[in-house]
Amino acid sequence: MELILQQTVNAISLGGTYALLALGLAVVFSIMGMINFAHGELMTISGYVLMYCGILGVPFTIAVPLAVLAAMAAAVLMERIAFRPVRNASGATMLVTSFAVAMILQVLFQNLISPRSQPVLLPEYLSQSISVGGIFIGVNKLVAIVATLVMLFVLDRFMTRQKIGIAMRAAAEDFAVARLMGIRANTVIAGAFAISGMLAGVAAVLWVSQRASVDPLMGFVPVVKAFIAAILGGLGSLRGAVAGGFLLGFIEIYLAAFLPSGMQAFREPIGLSLVILVLLVRPNGLIPAATIRAQKV
Amino acid sequence: MPLFGVNSLSVHYGAIEAVRGIDFEVGEGEIVALLGANGAGKSSTLNALAGLVPVAGGSVRFDGVDITNLKPEALTPLGLALSPEGRRVFGTLTVAENLRMGAYSISGRHVLEQAWERVYDLFPLLYERRSQYAGTLSGGQQQMLAVGRALMSNPRLLFLDEPSLGLAPRIVDQVFELIVKLREQGVTLVVVEQNVDRALEIADRAYLLALGQIRAAGSASDLAKSGAVTAAYLGEA
Repeated sequence: MELILQQTVNAISLGGTYALLALGLAVVFSIMGMINFAHGELMTISGYVLMYCGILGVPFTIAVPLAVLAAMAAAVLMERIAFRPVRNASGATMLVTSFAVAMILQVLFQNLISPRSQPVLLPEYLSQSISVGGIFIGVNKLVAIVATLVMLFVLDRFMTRQKIGIAMRAAAEDFAVARLMGIRANTVIAGAFAISGMLAGVAAVLWVSQRASVDPLMGFVPVVKAFIAAILGGLGSLRGAVAGGFLLGFIEIYLAAFLPSGMQAFREPIGLSLVILVLLVRPNGLIPAATIRAQKV
Repeated sequence: MPLFGVNSLSVHYGAIEAVRGIDFEVGEGEIVALLGANGAGKSSTLNALAGLVPVAGGSVRFDGVDITNLKPEALTPLGLALSPEGRRVFGTLTVAENLRMGAYSISGRHVLEQAWERVYDLFPLLYERRSQYAGTLSGGQQQMLAVGRALMSNPRLLFLDEPSLGLAPRIVDQVFELIVKLREQGVTLVVVEQNVDRALEIADRAYLLALGQIRAAGSASDLAKSGAVTAAYLGEA
């Protein structure tokens, strides 16, 4: 029983990070119809900001907002420089562009920083654990859970209470008509990238705080997981992305914890088979995007 | 000078010439009907005016300003709104959020409050359903919402694209009553309609499109009497 509780905490923590990342992919996809595979590199940028802050002795409480801001700024720049020129091109063109951005950034990290994994100085309390009702929970896991919940709450508020947030939902549903309302295309798209950058930044802080290191290719695995989570939840659906992220977290952690040791080698294929199983039953994902995207302009 | 004027407007989709050099104008306070069979070029004309498809030739002027190549998002701030064909309300937004988006370009608390008041006054049902998702409304209610949303920007000129399409006859009556009512409130209207008889009843003037050109133009009552409309719909002339 304690083991189940323990693993459930781990699953919520990991799933929450996946949820934030999948949400970042979904926010951009819902508006632009593009999966941004350079999303992982936004995480890497945040990771390096944390690393340099550690080296320079910047307090962690300042390093975290700096890391998140850096990812936001990078996301907005990415849109401005790389994606705006291909905005009206086909989905395939945008996808390939995002791969190119990812690779260029990886090469830059390798050449300008270091091809090898670098340690990140973290405050000691993150690696401690506290006892809650008989089970020990790592502070970093707890922080991840709380941070995820706060982010989801803030984003939900933003999307339902703020004029620009509502405009982003409107644009996700019918871009052409949203523009007829006077909603500027550049504003909502830049806004979507800023939000996805913020989510990537927060996810990066959580990701790095579990590993205490950063390397040039760090973003690859999480962005692939986030992509799976977004598909699992229903591509383009924000609530779906969150659900998919958590489900993927639970699948991975429970398999790692409860699969017999002889079968651990097959953990990943078994996990992906479960994902495929879910998609067989719900081909459009757990919570499909409510409307098929109308024509893009 | 007319409030709105189109001068030899052309719209092309690749090699297809959907609209071939049409001229029309709309005076302040008028109801003008744009009629024509399917494929006559009505929707292409409206989409070009709204900036949703590029203009291949000609010019469009609104209130003395050349708006030919403006982006769609630049039109509402000028006082020109469009309620698109097929209503296209934001189904995943609530009724109130849809209306809020209609007023996106409006600034100033007072102006915004007046816009809310006017629309809820015209459509009390939208007020009752304000927290409901627009996707759950009936077709007629969605049409009301689409018009209400366009009105939220306080337009001087309102384009209604097929406002009665697919609605029950009783609701169609309401839509045409609404158009007359809006004109009384000082809105100039251009109505694209397939319901020719009803459109000619309420319009001051009408233009008849066929194969991307204006086939006939004149006062609505004259056009109703002439055989031009029937001819255009039957594909002769």
